[in-house]
Amino acid sequence: MTCFTPINTAAPLVEATAIRHLYGKAEGANLLVLDNVDLTLNENEIVGLLGRSGSGKSTLLRSIAGLIKPTEGQIAFPPRADGPTTVSMVFQSFALFPWLTVLQNVEVGLEAKGVRAEERRKRALAAIDLIGLDGFENAYPKELSGGMRQRVGLARALVVDPSILLMDEPFSALDVLTAETLRTDLLDLWSEGRMPIKSILMVTHNIEEAVLMCDRILVFSSNPGRVVSTIKVDLPQPRHRQDPAFRALVERIYAQMTRPDQAPAARDGVFPGMGLSMVLPRVSTNVMAGLIEAVHAAPFDGRAPMSDLAQDLQYEADELFPIAETLQLLRLAELREGDLVLTATARRYAEAEVDARKQIFAQQLLAHVPLAGHVRRVLDDRPSHSAPASRFRDELEDFMSPDYADQTLRAVTNWSRYAEAFSYDEGADRFSLDDAV
Amino acid sequence: MVFLSGDLKAAHPSARFLNAGTVPSWADLVAFLLLAACAILIVRGAEDMSQPLAALHAAPVTLDPARLPEYALRTTLRMFLALAASLVFTFTVATLAAKSRKAELLIVPALDILQSVPVLGFLTFTVAFFMGLFPGRQLGVECAAIFAIFTSQAWNMAFSFYQSLRTLPADLDEVSRQFGFSPWRRFTRLELPFATPSLVWNVMMSMSGGWFFVVASEAITVGDTTVTLPGVGSWLSVAIARQDMKALALGVAAMAVVIVLYDQLIFRPVVAWADKFRFEQTASQQRPASWLYDLLRRAAWTRSLARSLARLSGAAAGPLHPSVRRRAVRLPAPPPALGRILDALWLALVGATVIGGAWLLWSFLSVRLSLADLGQVSLLGLATLARVVVLIALATLIWVPIGVWIGLRPAWAERLQPLAQFLAAFPANVLFPFAVAAIVALRLNPDIWLSPLMVFGTQWYILFNVIAGASAIPGDLKEAADMFGLKGWQWWRQVAIPGIFPYYVTGALTASGGSWNASIVAEAVTWGHERLEAAGLGAYIAKATAAGDSARVALGVAVMSIFVIAFNRVLWRPMYRFAERRLRLA
Repeated sequence: MTCFTPINTAAPLVEATAIRHLYGKAEGANLLVLDNVDLTLNENEIVGLLGRSGSGKSTLLRSIAGLIKPTEGQIAFPPRADGPTTVSMVFQSFALFPWLTVLQNVEVGLEAKGVRAEERRKRALAAIDLIGLDGFENAYPKELSGGMRQRVGLARALVVDPSILLMDEPFSALDVLTAETLRTDLLDLWSEGRMPIKSILMVTHNIEEAVLMCDRILVFSSNPGRVVSTIKVDLPQPRHRQDPAFRALVERIYAQMTRPDQAPAARDGVFPGMGLSMVLPRVSTNVMAGLIEAVHAAPFDGRAPMSDLAQDLQYEADELFPIAETLQLLRLAELREGDLVLTATARRYAEAEVDARKQIFAQQLLAHVPLAGHVRRVLDDRPSHSAPASRFRDELEDFMSPDYADQTLRAVTNWSRYAEAFSYDEGADRFSLDDAV
Repeated sequence: MVFLSGDLKAAHPSARFLNAGTVPSWADLVAFLLLAACAILIVRGAEDMSQPLAALHAAPVTLDPARLPEYALRTTLRMFLALAASLVFTFTVATLAAKSRKAELLIVPALDILQSVPVLGFLTFTVAFFMGLFPGRQLGVECAAIFAIFTSQAWNMAFSFYQSLRTLPADLDEVSRQFGFSPWRRFTRLELPFATPSLVWNVMMSMSGGWFFVVASEAITVGDTTVTLPGVGSWLSVAIARQDMKALALGVAAMAVVIVLYDQLIFRPVVAWADKFRFEQTASQQRPASWLYDLLRRAAWTRSLARSLARLSGAAAGPLHPSVRRRAVRLPAPPPALGRILDALWLALVGATVIGGAWLLWSFLSVRLSLADLGQVSLLGLATLARVVVLIALATLIWVPIGVWIGLRPAWAERLQPLAQFLAAFPANVLFPFAVAAIVALRLNPDIWLSPLMVFGTQWYILFNVIAGASAIPGDLKEAADMFGLKGWQWWRQVAIPGIFPYYVTGALTASGGSWNASIVAEAVTWGHERLEAAGLGAYIAKATAAGDSARVALGVAVMSIFVIAFNRVLWRPMYRFAERRLRLA
């Protein structure tokens, strides 16, 4: 409606400058999630914040939504001729009140603004109609499928007439088909100018989704989150995934996200921290073995583009990266220009039998994962060959939050169990060499 | 726009409006009559309560069956007044604890202790206090009785509400903040609905405990003063004094009727209603049902009443009160240095109060009591502890196999589960006289034979929790156990016990706490002028209460509290944590 009226003022809707955000206490272990990030959002564009988990893209979105106050930096809504800039948000988990009906959920924001009941009802019904929910007004969220629930989330965000629609991974909790339908519907509404919004800012970790929907993509590095590049998408809408130009752009973004210069020099590997202080992801050894086998086999034969892997294996970039990076940490693979390249050790691993595989894995683990080597040395030194896990957890907590310490220790525990490097007794919470070969 | 829906059931939302005509239905009439009758009864009961104390002496409690319904009504009314007070306490204190870190520091441990303290011991103090507050009026004694019930209900409700507030789903919290909800709207739209299911469950548990106390607190003897408030509890105590078996049986029957009625008329509908607040995104298979709730929902006028009520509450937080809304804007947090100073000051204040309180307690007790008293009380405490341990163990041996047997047979579980819940809610102390009469007649040793009375009312918690646990064992696990021919001890060790363990711990914890409380009425009982006593801490407190010896009551209650808390920390908490960590089926 207001969408395509010509604008004389070219003032941006939002200007975020030099945003820095730390999680954790002022003293002690804390995590830098956003480091010196700038963002300008103009009228009439869909901007995507693309990055992996831990890149702070959600934090930036929540800062603009007013839900988080960043540690440093400015978020400004420059004054405009057409009134103050307002925002509204769509959540990944839908965030519907389960005890309210669809209609009540949509009305909730208007109610909080003190809009009269009749007008509230009228506007809510219009939004429900727009978003394709008519007939469901009196249903409760639990009666709806995921796709319909996110439609409620959209209607609730649109009904308050925001200037900017903020979306936090709005389609990632949906199955592939439903997500595609919702994306198309949203793009239709946007291009037809039927939504009362001036701009959309969305967070995603799905590269194809970003290329499909956005006019501009900000690619974030992780740990800490920085904008590594801004990519303008000029492909005409509607875009097609099989279009060679589309594929090329996806490839380019994959390469950007695996560029080695992304990781600051003062670090051992791809994970935040160095040595013992490295925060490790929980990646199953089965998944690692599966990925090695997939890249080893034809047609890749040891070198595979990440975008092809993601498509072949039905993984999203966000899921694929931690696995690839764990392999990199173990010196089983390398990430080069958007390709995953197996090392000679990994190729030997792919050809080996179960026991030999375990041996190779154990060697790599103890040599290249500092925490695993550390635990093993402590166990070797002790006459009892056993040690309480809490000891290592405490050591880790000097460097990171208890949650991360727990996650890291669990990751190493599982890898070591597979490698038979040492064993862990959950009841006693102790590591030992008992069952280890 | 493409219209995608996989949910056929949800495709007919208008079905619930099919019979929303304007012509009154039979459901309208029935529902209206029921509600009107309730209102009249409440007004009558309240009128009686404000009578002067002299009226009580002029018209003492008589064993006239015609007056029994009125007594039952007065007792029930007391229960619900106490419940209302408990809810007010819950909403204020628990909210305070959840919103202020400083208050939390104090309130949470206090609630934890109060949950496990034997509240019956407080009667002495509260009666004296409330009679002083309203001299010469029945209201004072009524308040004391209501307060006694309140002390048995409030803590676990407040605790559950606090826990709900602390575990609010993060995304809903963000939505509320994003839309700038006022504190009132946040409470009605987010916090209260989210807390409702566990609060309702805790209210039910509290009511079960409350019946026990209402019976004990209506006929109060403190030193020379004996007050019998009109109610079922007084009826029973008069019947006991006169050794009137028939009146006793009538009183028990009245109690049973009241409990069934309150279950059917109040709690079933509330539980059925609260089901919609359960925080889950998928529709549940089995939903609690209530005929009354269905009736009220079907009646057109209750629906329009509910609608106008909702509009009223909406208006209360709407544009009429912009001042309320403005407060939703968060105050900027104080600078960290100032915050640390405030924290230190607060800690110092709390510390000073604690030291002052300890000194006060010491000076009060040391004048009146010697160390020998402490030794004696501790020994008696050990005696009662031995009783509780042995009885809970016995109850476990009996009820776990039975509960598992029932729980694995859904048809039986469905029929017996309400019965077990009814037995848990039934105040066991009204049945004590029968047991006492038997002990007197058979000349049995009271030290041994009075003990079972302590678990008489509380063993059912073990039973119904075990039934619930056994029915919750997943079907695939049961099938796998069948397939591999698991039998005998192996089946118990690997299937049944791990499956029911978390539930059993919950039940046994409740049962043991209840047994400590019950010891105060179970270890010293009377039947006419026959007086039976078992050596134990409960009898000690009961005797001191009857003698009006507040120092000994305080000592007894304090020692019992320490026993209960130590028991919980040493035994139940580790078991709870073990169950949480190792035996969760998720």
